[in-house]
Amino acid sequence: MAEFWDGYALPGLWIAAKIGALLIPLLLSVAYLTWFERKVMAAMQLRMGPNVVGPWGLWQPFADALKMVVKETIIPTKANPGLFLLAPMLTFMLALIAWAVMPVGDGLVISNVNVGVLYLFAISSLGVYGIVIAGWASNSRYAFLGALRSAAQMVSYEVSMGFVIICVLLCVGSLNLSDIVRAQETVWFVFPLLPMAVVFFISTLAETNRHPFDLPEAESELVAGHLVEYSAMTFGLFFLGEYANMILMSGMTTILFLGGWLPPIDIAPLNWIPGPIWFVLKISALLFVFVWVRATFPRYRYDQLMRLGWKVFLPLSLFWVVLTAGVLVAFGWAPGAEG
Amino acid sequence: MLIQFIVFYVFAAVVVGSAFMVIAARNPVHSVLFLILSFFNAAGLFVLAGAEFLAMTLVIVYVGAVAVLFLFVVMMLDINFVRLRQGFMQYLPLGAMLGAILLVELLLVVGAFVVSPEVDTLAAPMPPVEQQSNTHALGQLLYTRYMYLFQASGMILLVAMIGAIVLTFRVRTGVRRQSIRAQVARTRADAVELKKVVSGAGISGSL
Repeated sequence: MAEFWDGYALPGLWIAAKIGALLIPLLLSVAYLTWFERKVMAAMQLRMGPNVVGPWGLWQPFADALKMVVKETIIPTKANPGLFLLAPMLTFMLALIAWAVMPVGDGLVISNVNVGVLYLFAISSLGVYGIVIAGWASNSRYAFLGALRSAAQMVSYEVSMGFVIICVLLCVGSLNLSDIVRAQETVWFVFPLLPMAVVFFISTLAETNRHPFDLPEAESELVAGHLVEYSAMTFGLFFLGEYANMILMSGMTTILFLGGWLPPIDIAPLNWIPGPIWFVLKISALLFVFVWVRATFPRYRYDQLMRLGWKVFLPLSLFWVVLTAGVLVAFGWAPGAEG
Repeated sequence: MLIQFIVFYVFAAVVVGSAFMVIAARNPVHSVLFLILSFFNAAGLFVLAGAEFLAMTLVIVYVGAVAVLFLFVVMMLDINFVRLRQGFMQYLPLGAMLGAILLVELLLVVGAFVVSPEVDTLAAPMPPVEQQSNTHALGQLLYTRYMYLFQASGMILLVAMIGAIVLTFRVRTGVRRQSIRAQVARTRADAVELKKVVSGAGISGSL
């Protein structure tokens, strides 16, 4: 009994506590990201935004959540009910499980795996399944077109994302996310790898189906793409999944290029602020850019989207991999070159 | 250890079960989804075996890319299930024969399989797990000892890719393509002309 208690139950409870400590703030951030987006866009368009429910409209996310929970979930007659319900759950779940390897501070990580960056890449590449399954299971033309667009788009942009990650890995010499952050103590990778950071950020816009790459749900042509047939909480899970994915992708960009939990310069007033706060600040700055982009740019046309992915980003990032490797080897900066 | 056993059997059972469902499911889309489930659990087995790099690569390559494209194609098939059942009895003898031949061949291969006695001298020395992660170990082997094989497999994939592009490539005439360069190179002077129009005179002559 004692062995069971010490060997399984206590570690299990400890892990559950850590997951709770991460997920509750994360879900709150997801809720308030929707409020943040509406407020920022309103300010950019000289409107008020939500301002009725609570002070500055701060209770708006909870009002929206309540509305979605009490509405009726409608499953279309000709839909495939099992897959139709599986799709939103899958989307939301994938957006959350990726956080298992995300280091929010020095040593503050649920699972410090050796291949953390590959895990993140794998999970983010699975996000397409939620949309594809939703599009197929809805048995609706618009939803299906949205799903097809999403599949092609995400596969295209993953390729250049992979090459960008390789550039960072060449500079670090490890796949561990905490090691990647520690390697940026002298300089954040956004400075030496600036073009790759830009390519990565634009690719994350495409991966999360955000403007200007929101073709899967282009409301002016496809109504709402894969979301057409969804209502109430099934829609809510897609919606929350999209915002959770935005936070996840911003976190990934922060870790790969903006030095994770590290302060900008390691001097007195800046390094008093604890790491997780720096991490959250950097993610918030990136999320602001997400919203800014949405309020600024028109939607890409589909062939332009494909051209950007395959004819611009892919050659550029491939070239940059070769360049990074060449520079590192030529100057003897490659990590672990001696060993 | 107990939990590891339980997890192993769960993963293994789901792999076998979903692999069976791939061929048993009536709807091809369900088949592909079961295939994905089976890939996933195979990745879980790799993680249990301590090969986390292989596990992640399996998920990224097979689930994240190959199966997406597979699903992409299968979803667009318009399948008539009644017609699909019709020729079943007709093709059964041929199919059963092929299956039997394959089974016999597999049994022969597996039966004759022995691990080479000098395997210890042939295989590259494995660094201990504590010193080197399996990502490093794999890279070290692939880029030194198996360099030529690795490059050759890359070449084969490249040739296959170029072949697929060549087979499907066709030059279409009469297609109006967007020229990004011409569009970006346009200046205000090329595109806009400001006219001071005298009231009632119109702008005839300039258009």
